[in-house]
Amino acid sequence: MEVLKLIGVLIVIIGFALKFDAMATVVIAGLATGLVAGMTPMQILETLGKAFVTNRTATLFVLTLPVIGLCERYGLKDKAVDFIKSIKNATTGKVVAIYQVIRALSASFSLRLGGHPQFVRPLINPMAQGAAVARFGKIDEKTEDEIKGLCAGSENYGNFFAQNCFMGASGTLLIVSTLNEQGYKEVTAANIALWSIPIAVISCIVGIAYYSMFDSKMKKRFGGNHAEVKK
Amino acid sequence: MQTIKWTTSTVVAEIFYCVIGIIFILTGIKALKDKEMKNRYFTAIFWFILAFTFIAGPYFPYWVTGLCVIIIAALTAIGKVTQSNSDVPAAENTRKAADRFGYKVFIPAVTLAIAAVIIATVWSKQLGANNAIGLSAIVALIIAFALFHNKPVQAVSDGTRLMDNVGPVSILPQVLAALGALFTAAGVGNVIAKGVEVIIPQGNRFIASAVYCIAMALFTIIMGNGFAAFSVITVGIGIPFLIMQGANPVVVGALGLTAGYCGTLMTPMAANFNIMPAALLETKDKYAIIKSQLPVALVMLVIHIFLMYFFAF
Repeated sequence: MEVLKLIGVLIVIIGFALKFDAMATVVIAGLATGLVAGMTPMQILETLGKAFVTNRTATLFVLTLPVIGLCERYGLKDKAVDFIKSIKNATTGKVVAIYQVIRALSASFSLRLGGHPQFVRPLINPMAQGAAVARFGKIDEKTEDEIKGLCAGSENYGNFFAQNCFMGASGTLLIVSTLNEQGYKEVTAANIALWSIPIAVISCIVGIAYYSMFDSKMKKRFGGNHAEVKK
Repeated sequence: MQTIKWTTSTVVAEIFYCVIGIIFILTGIKALKDKEMKNRYFTAIFWFILAFTFIAGPYFPYWVTGLCVIIIAALTAIGKVTQSNSDVPAAENTRKAADRFGYKVFIPAVTLAIAAVIIATVWSKQLGANNAIGLSAIVALIIAFALFHNKPVQAVSDGTRLMDNVGPVSILPQVLAALGALFTAAGVGNVIAKGVEVIIPQGNRFIASAVYCIAMALFTIIMGNGFAAFSVITVGIGIPFLIMQGANPVVVGALGLTAGYCGTLMTPMAANFNIMPAALLETKDKYAIIKSQLPVALVMLVIHIFLMYFFAF
């Protein structure tokens, strides 16, 4: 009964769809998959523990929280709004578009510029929100959430689609090692990086188009430039 | 038990994991001190166990950490891990500080990014790329102290405030990586590849390109991890249905992984990109980021399919 091994996949889908506690869903899916595959409870615990310890890197962002917290206390958000207000004709879309391009460039040089805690929360989101407030006066909560989505998205598009342009990126090396292992020795880090450039460029174009559509939507929702303050 | 190969890079890394562990402990202590808080003991235990896995995890048999993961998952499952009272800066105070420090307030944040780049570029061989994050945080913190003349303890309380703010979701990526390891050990990928055989007509290159890209995205959606999906789907679908039919393995590999990232943009399983930042940005709707990314992800996935079809063959 090979198909039974998919029980973990099923648990994950159901757990997330029904909005059960995410961590518990994932752990239960893992335990169930291991049991169905005939692993002993001890083997399951060891696999789980080993992966958890070796993947502590995923939680390194915690180290940046103290300095970000401090900057926020000393007025970083306020100044971001001041800054964006000082730029004439800046729209939310333009702020986010500029960020995505910068993020993509830095990713392709393997510069660890970004991260949501380092840039999006303290810099880009306040700037994008500030642009909307400067242009349309007060904005509603739904729009605020939409702008937050755009900002977080721009970080992800820039990061994901450009990172493999760097030869030493972990994704690039994963592709190379997987295919070399299967006997395709012509795959090298250099040609994977080269073939990652088209999608990096396209992702920036798609992003810019999406943000300018958002700007038009905002204009429709809240009226023309520098409109009266809406309630 | 892990046998750590002690080099400058791993020593520094373990020190940073200890610092993270201390931040977890302080978040737990913050909860204990909040006498108003109903779940303060459960919340504190959650953070303390988590701290233990970060600080001491490598020196105990792996099953100990595995057990810890199950306990902390049980604590979040029963809804006993909640936020405690934080010293949130008042709007009038931040405004006053903003007027006092002006744009200089950006210096520590910019330093955080630039120092990481410099450290990663100059010392990556000696220190490892991952350590650059922690080292840049130290540099940025020193600059912040020099600028704000605040008490250093303020950094600690602001750090734990944000940690508490992000909450248990901050370690979801790590738990997901562990799930990926279990899936691989159980051979979940093979089962999926066998099922796919049925839907690809012999020699139809366009459908094969589409199936590979969509499978990468789908599997990433399910696992929340493009890397895990890549090894499974490329071996299960990419090689037999594309490369062995004459596709260029370089193009298949390069586009395959980023096709998976289209899935990353659509899934709550990629918590560190889509859910944790939503908590960090304090969105009202915790799926606000995924909803925003959905149209872009779908357009990018279609583009991947066409690029794969035209460039790989």
